[in-house]
Amino acid sequence: MNAVLSGLWPYLLLVLVGFLPNEIWRVLGLVLARGLNEDSELVVWSRAVATAIIAGVIAKLIVFSSGALENIPLAVRIVAAACGFVAFLAIRRSVFAGVLAGEIVLLAGGYLFGP
Amino acid sequence: MTPRSATAKYSARPFFAGVKSALTSVFFLVLAGTYIGIGALAHDFGFPSWWLAVSTVLVWAAPAQVILISALGGGNALIEAAVAVSLSAIRLFPMVVALLPLLRGPSVRTRDLLLPTHFTSVSMWVESLRLLPAMPRERRVAFCNGIAVGYMGTATVFGFIGFYLAAGLPPLLAGTLLFLTPMSFLTSTVRNSRQLVDRLAFGLGLVIGPVLIVNHVGLDLMWTGIAGGTIAYGINRLRGATT
Repeated sequence: MNAVLSGLWPYLLLVLVGFLPNEIWRVLGLVLARGLNEDSELVVWSRAVATAIIAGVIAKLIVFSSGALENIPLAVRIVAAACGFVAFLAIRRSVFAGVLAGEIVLLAGGYLFGP
Repeated sequence: MTPRSATAKYSARPFFAGVKSALTSVFFLVLAGTYIGIGALAHDFGFPSWWLAVSTVLVWAAPAQVILISALGGGNALIEAAVAVSLSAIRLFPMVVALLPLLRGPSVRTRDLLLPTHFTSVSMWVESLRLLPAMPRERRVAFCNGIAVGYMGTATVFGFIGFYLAAGLPPLLAGTLLFLTPMSFLTSTVRNSRQLVDRLAFGLGLVIGPVLIVNHVGLDLMWTGIAGGTIAYGINRLRGATT
């Protein structure tokens, strides 16, 4: 791909950009474990921010797909995600059912409308 | 008999009981599917398979790993990738805060808590909070570590499987593997969002994210989180104030 992804550089990036920014919150939890509870305003806000980021990542992966998923038309990807989500809600909020339904629709749609 | 030998005597059995409980829980399937997807994603963005394995052990948080892979592989600024990873990891803080009181006990030293702290993730946390209260305190740390090692091993193995499947499968099937990550995150995040504020934030993030990208706003993930999260928090506060 690009030069960044060769040699040891990816592992250094992994530590600096992935491990440390992530681990800091666990360590803070260990150090400051007393005083904050799950319902404190700061915890509620930070959970909302984290949830919105994850939603943004999901939307990005579906709408602006890359690689092999890019070959499946956008409409098929969105309809498949919507069907999977409805199946998840309908079948006892089962993650497994939702993922399975979404994948079946994606596969069928990709087969019918793909390149 | 000294307390130390008592610890040694009790640590192997609860540890393997934890591993066994991990491999037979519902999260086994969820993790397998999620990490097959992440393995395919890592392959897609051109990362080595061992890099993914190391990231699973070091980062040990599927959302952070997906953000890291898509941001680094997609050429986003390093600082933005780090901020987005860090914002996605804030949820680990209240989880550790809630878990540690269950593990503390007279024979538990602070350094015994280092591994459970690093191992804290949604899957391990949910199972620990469910199973630990019924267990004697001196066995809890080992059991908890066992659960986490079971899950981490599962995730690492299926990461490799997804990586090499994506390399060898025809495009349509490789595409369905890549779809596992958004699909499993979509459903599992909503399942974990029990409060209105979390659901609002989730819906807002789904809309704001693509809108920012279409309009070429830089640091899109960070702004999606801050805008979506703060608006959801504000709406929730206003609703609370009127009722």
